[in-house]
Amino acid sequence: MSLNGLYKEVVLDHYRSPRHQGKLENPTFEEGGHNPSCGDTLEVYVKLDDDKKITDVAFDGHGCSISLASSSMMTEIMIGKTVDEALELVETFEGMMRGETEFPEEDEYLDVLSMKGVAEFPVRVKCATLAWDTLKRGITKYHTQEKSAE
Amino acid sequence: MPVTKGSNGAIKKENSPIDVDKIRQDFPILSRKAHGKPLVYLDNAATSQKPKLVIEQLDEYYRQHNANVHRGIHVLSEEATDAYEAARAKIRKFINAESAQNIIYTKGTTESINLVANAWGRQHFREGDEIILSQMEHHSNLVPWQIVAKATGAKIRPINLTEEGRLDLDHFATLLNKRTKIVAITQMSNVLGTLNPIAKISEMAHGAGAKVLVDGAQGAAHMPTDIQEFGCDFYAFSGHKMCGPTGIGILYGKMDILEEMDPFLGGGEMIEEVQIDSSTYKDPPWKFEAGTPNIAQAIGMGYAVDYLQSIGMENILAHESDLTNYTMQRLKYFEDVHVYGPHGKRGGIVSFTMDGVHPHDIATIVDQEGVALRAGHHCAQPLMRWLNVGSTARISVYFYNTTDEIDIFIHSLDKVREIFSNVAERTV
Repeated sequence: MSLNGLYKEVVLDHYRSPRHQGKLENPTFEEGGHNPSCGDTLEVYVKLDDDKKITDVAFDGHGCSISLASSSMMTEIMIGKTVDEALELVETFEGMMRGETEFPEEDEYLDVLSMKGVAEFPVRVKCATLAWDTLKRGITKYHTQEKSAE
Repeated sequence: MPVTKGSNGAIKKENSPIDVDKIRQDFPILSRKAHGKPLVYLDNAATSQKPKLVIEQLDEYYRQHNANVHRGIHVLSEEATDAYEAARAKIRKFINAESAQNIIYTKGTTESINLVANAWGRQHFREGDEIILSQMEHHSNLVPWQIVAKATGAKIRPINLTEEGRLDLDHFATLLNKRTKIVAITQMSNVLGTLNPIAKISEMAHGAGAKVLVDGAQGAAHMPTDIQEFGCDFYAFSGHKMCGPTGIGILYGKMDILEEMDPFLGGGEMIEEVQIDSSTYKDPPWKFEAGTPNIAQAIGMGYAVDYLQSIGMENILAHESDLTNYTMQRLKYFEDVHVYGPHGKRGGIVSFTMDGVHPHDIATIVDQEGVALRAGHHCAQPLMRWLNVGSTARISVYFYNTTDEIDIFIHSLDKVREIFSNVAERTV
């Protein structure tokens, strides 16, 4: 267990300069997330096109370095994905945090792969998964609403 | 005893009212390592460590005396019952209650408060009645009242805090009225270290005809407690924060109130005679102790009281005040550190934040240096909102902590700066 594995430069870079941070105007849906152990909250905003592809995603809120960096990295890889692909990526990420699955070593996932070290700090895993879990909940709710509208 | 300070503000060891080095030998856990470094345990407001005496007596109870209490007509049950009731007598003396019958065993402060809110509150609250508490309460002195308020139509009225983080007693005076049924207040804030003037609050509340419950979770463990001087009607505290086991706590109640109060939980042990559709109950405190109690834990708490009294609560208070002053002095020199709460007299709890670093990150980094502290909202979310922070880092001392440990904690903050300043350079 080493702090170097946790506070990698890329993680701290996302913490200092988070991508896609702030409110998104006219999102298709938004969802709030809450980490009851530390009181951190965040909001995830998602815009979809007609093919249910994510055209824009943003997050807003306060959190620790792990939670902010993880949110920031998530927004980067989600744009251009369909909601189903997004759900799959969330599963992969949460699996990685449990030490079960891994992201493919592709360029677009390099930053996310750097979060692997968090898995060694069980009390911090929730920080890392907060945004991802919130996105998943948002998509699930959106699906349910769509279905009931049909 | 007056404290002599060295040139760097350090308290000279020989001036401590207690022999900390010797005391530390009593706590096996304090000699273990954390991440290869000596453990520096500064999370005592969450729970305290346990001395050998308590650990050994738990062991002894299960090896030699284990039985159910107030039931069996056999030697083990007699011994267990005697030890269980002897612990109650010790605890009575510890807080100077009128009688051992004022001392109800619960599983902790939280259950003690829930007992009063449910048993006394539901009995007395009517639509529009008021419950006064404060912005600095722990969730355990908020949520039980919210639940009962919702069920009865009573309203919650919070006391504001001053800039410094003390109770605004003028505001408190304006809140008191004939609808006020109870004032539920903490003895010491678990975030700010603020010590509240309990005797004065009791006097003011009683003047308005209201009862007073004091959350003593951070109080009884750290200073002499004289319940009769406090004048409060209920006093709740936990064994595990004062060197005792987890799963045991106390509710003190005034006898006339306990006598007319409904039971909280029903079951065995608390009854006199049971018919198929009604029952009569035992006298307090047993009326409130349904089911098999936490016997070993109660006995363990009694030994924790013995242990604390062998050191002396005055001495414990003095040593912790010295440590707290020392911590405040040392932290004040760092521009990137912000300390919350009163700067004068306060308890051994220091909450702080650091510029540009989230408290969770502080906790993770200092943990690698062997320093155990708490980061988060400390179960006091309304207070966090009042302070306008999401969370804080918090150290909380006990009598076995040393100035050397505070120094290690202060140095560990450099590690935090080291990790987080790298980024600043990189991104600028």
